[in-house]
Amino acid sequence: MEVNRSIEEINEKIRNGQVVVLTAEEVIGAVKENGLAETAAAVDVVTTGTFGPMCSSGVFLNVGHPQPRIKLNEAYLNGVPAYAGIAAVDLYLGAAAIPPTDPANRNYPGEFIYGGGHVIEDLVAGKEVRLDATAYGTDCYPLKKIETSFRLAEINEATLYNPRNAYQNYNVAVNMGPKTIYTYMGILKPGPGNANYSSAGQLSPLFNDPLLKTIGIGTRIFLGGGIGYVAWHGTQHNPAVERTGSGIPKGPAGTLALIGDLKQMQPHWLRGLSYLGYGVTMQVGLGVPIPILNEEIMGYCAVSDDEIFAPVVDYHHSYPNREAGNLGLVSYGELKSGSIILEGKKVPTASLSSYAGAREIAASLKEWIEAGQFTLSEPAAPLPSVEAGIGLNVMPRRNPDEREE
Amino acid sequence: MIKQKIVLRFPPHIVEQPTIYHLIKDFELMVNILRADINPKKEGRLMMELSGSELNYQRAIEWLTEQGLQILNLEQQIIWRSDRCTHCGACTVICPTNALVFDRPEMTVRFEEEKCIVCELCLRACPARAMETLVENAGLSNGK
Repeated sequence: MEVNRSIEEINEKIRNGQVVVLTAEEVIGAVKENGLAETAAAVDVVTTGTFGPMCSSGVFLNVGHPQPRIKLNEAYLNGVPAYAGIAAVDLYLGAAAIPPTDPANRNYPGEFIYGGGHVIEDLVAGKEVRLDATAYGTDCYPLKKIETSFRLAEINEATLYNPRNAYQNYNVAVNMGPKTIYTYMGILKPGPGNANYSSAGQLSPLFNDPLLKTIGIGTRIFLGGGIGYVAWHGTQHNPAVERTGSGIPKGPAGTLALIGDLKQMQPHWLRGLSYLGYGVTMQVGLGVPIPILNEEIMGYCAVSDDEIFAPVVDYHHSYPNREAGNLGLVSYGELKSGSIILEGKKVPTASLSSYAGAREIAASLKEWIEAGQFTLSEPAAPLPSVEAGIGLNVMPRRNPDEREE
Repeated sequence: MIKQKIVLRFPPHIVEQPTIYHLIKDFELMVNILRADINPKKEGRLMMELSGSELNYQRAIEWLTEQGLQILNLEQQIIWRSDRCTHCGACTVICPTNALVFDRPEMTVRFEEEKCIVCELCLRACPARAMETLVENAGLSNGK
């Protein structure tokens, strides 16, 4: 019997307590054991998860007006600069922002002990955060300076808005140079001494819907331990890359822009991170439910680590210089085994994304759905996929003084 | 026979004494130095593995204490804060002695203290800063 489910039918089953949910890890074994058709008939939703460093994350804050009012011009939260170029007491705090006092890489490799990601973690944890801000003063907003502190619960809005999360596949980073390098892919020893990757593989949301047939604008998700939504396609969204026969991209491809209310999130799933010699970022926990609308969707969700491949890239020379330099493809099955073979040599692997965290998120989302606390949403519009013809642009390098008016 | 990893902390006034010579010559202990440094305040820190007879080892420890050295258990020098660890695994390819190991298929990080040589590479390699050291906090002057 052909499976043909609607999201409304699935939601009805969620409300009746009859919904059948498996995680993207559990479903692999189920399909192997019972076949695609039978599993598709039995399972309504597959939950995914990922918990990795995602620099393109941040929060819009409205800190409320003091008495008298102020139009914030330069603002610091626990010493970390927040963007104030929007309305008077609105701010955007980016996860990768560092205090102007941080020695950064002047003291190479810099430690980057505290930055935007840490402020967000502290806010979510309910800690009191210091605000230091200046303004030029206007007739309507006279205050020129403020030093104060607040907790998340005391401000108006705090909306997590992450321009690029949930990368569909990523590079495996190695160092083909002569000395240790410090990158956003971690510490890379020469030799190469290690190969670092950053994806949950078979549990990762966009590997379970590789052609974006169910995930769209407005898809309700697990975000930072609370509920969030897919806002748009993410920055650098690049669906037109080479793919395997089953649609799995062989390199970094699709991304998601995500949004959600920070006030209902948990510090456990939004963690400030310090990357030696690189900077600060935030580890973001997110999970996307995939509605099993038909057998085709179930087929995508049954993908396993052995069928997903990532390119090995040299971060000593090729990557920084934006030169082609794919050293070969390796499967996530190999990566997760603890070592890969690169040019005949065994290289130990490490992940920057927490697979244990991804598992926990997929399991939590499954529980929420089973308990009737989380229903699926119908996307308002699809995200651009393979046929959209989107590619990545290279920044032009030309003389700006000779630009056309 | 006893085999023990310890950390010796030298106050500035005895940092130039030939302490290790005495451990070998007077107490017939085998000394394997894992790490040694002297900070700008001229306080020394020496991590080593001692092996020899139980009696000689005990006498050596007493003698070291009499000399004014502070003796700490090496295994307690690096602390893995499991509440901070996100189990990514980034530390496991940096730790030179496999004291930080990645368990499969659980895909979680585990710290085997007895393998740690307090090289401290993990302190800065951990993005979540889940690795901490006691050494910086344990001042010599307070006698603790």
